Amino acid sequence: MNHEILEKNIGLMGVCILIVVSIGGLVEIVPLFFQPDLHKPLKGLTPITALELEGRDIYIREGCHVCHTQMVRPLYAETKRYGAYSVVGEHVYERPFLWGSKRTGPDLARVGGRYSDDWHRIHLQNPRLVVPASKMPSYPWLGKTLLNEMSPMKKMKVLKTLGVPYTDNDIENAFKVVKGKTEEDAMVAYLQQLGLAYKRSK
Amino acid sequence: MSNAVSIYIIFLVVGSIIFYTALFLGMRTTSHHDDGKTDINDMTSFDGITETNHPLPGWWLWIMGISIVFGIGYLALYPGLGKIKGALGWVSYDDYNANTVKENKMYDPIYNAFAKESIDDLSVNFKSLKIGKSLFMNNCALCHGLDAKGGNGFPNLTNNKWLYGGTPKEIKTSITNGRRGKMPGYSPVIKDDADVESTALYVLSLSGKNEQSSLTDKGKIKFNTICSACHGMNAKGNKFLGAPDLTDPQWIYGSSLNNIKDTIKNGRNGVMPAHKSVLTKEQIHILTAYIYSLNKS
Repeated sequence: MNHEILEKNIGLMGVCILIVVSIGGLVEIVPLFFQPDLHKPLKGLTPITALELEGRDIYIREGCHVCHTQMVRPLYAETKRYGAYSVVGEHVYERPFLWGSKRTGPDLARVGGRYSDDWHRIHLQNPRLVVPASKMPSYPWLGKTLLNEMSPMKKMKVLKTLGVPYTDNDIENAFKVVKGKTEEDAMVAYLQQLGLAYKRSK
Repeated sequence: MSNAVSIYIIFLVVGSIIFYTALFLGMRTTSHHDDGKTDINDMTSFDGITETNHPLPGWWLWIMGISIVFGIGYLALYPGLGKIKGALGWVSYDDYNANTVKENKMYDPIYNAFAKESIDDLSVNFKSLKIGKSLFMNNCALCHGLDAKGGNGFPNLTNNKWLYGGTPKEIKTSITNGRRGKMPGYSPVIKDDADVESTALYVLSLSGKNEQSSLTDKGKIKFNTICSACHGMNAKGNKFLGAPDLTDPQWIYGSSLNNIKDTIKNGRNGVMPAHKSVLTKEQIHILTAYIYSLNKS
């Protein structure tokens, strides 16, 4: 095609640009909408509790996903270190999922139950106290900040409209679950449930 | 995957290959003039300024050509065109399972040979201790420390002092099923802070950290009515409950008066996570021998 036709017809160029930039989405995203297998929850998967949900949002706020992945790949060495490889059914209620793409720290997809709550609290306050060579930042403010009681209710309502099966009871009682809890409590609760849904389904 | 989705993907993939092949062929035939003149068809000029179309360098163009050929070859062998599985029938989990079988074939004989030996024998077996040490570093050192000497809240594993017993069998149970500390907080029972303090002072006197006085005598009464249920009248602890010996100089949660008052008021519930789903039976066997060996010298 002659450049001149494209360059002198801005409307045509706009249409052509739109086609080019949408190719990626058409190939990568659109087919996923039409594959029911990818939307089927794992057997026995329940949505995370209000406290864990708050923890998840703190995880996102503090950028944990920048250094920690939550996806064990189907490679022998990886499953030896972290546990069974991740399956899609574990993540259907996650919006957005937190698979991540870079591992400065270890993968966390199976970290639930690996360490005690006390260990997590010490580790969040100052990782060097338990892992001397750690380069993870300290998060001392988490233990000093109380959660906003009203915050999980709104989030759960929105998630429910997106298909996460929270019951009305869950949503009504959400404020009771987080009342008086600190951000650290929420974070530890969130970390301690990672991967448990998969273990339960086995 | 439904047929419609499959056809949609095939259409997009084949369509883009055809598009890029046409682009490649089109670019390849663009003529190149070394004398600075260019093909008159590719030229636009305005106000005496001429825009020329310089052809793409040959090496660049050929990388594109090779990529197209590679892509076609890849799609013939591997899955990529919707439902079509490709000539090799490759699936990631088959690949994973085959690898697991291969690796297990390599490691199983080593582990199985060690699993047949007793913990006593393994605790002096250099090769087994080496494996045990790396298992320890990867799984236990995060809490118990690189030197296995523990830390605040995490027991020292080298001092021959055990909350839940130190025989090979007991160590193995601790690793396999984990342990759960059960000291409740006594602030609802011992309400008066002075009573908490006298009890704490008595606890300190048990290991000679504090001299006996009228205060410790008061504390002793509290100790005998409340604490002795788990720690024993002689305060030597109880390994079936994980109650520590309070007469030795070892302290998991610190030995200052405030530490002990805190423990009495709020309790301690240290958790050792179960490792049966993390490590294999053979690995736990080797690891037990390593931890057992740390206490022999």
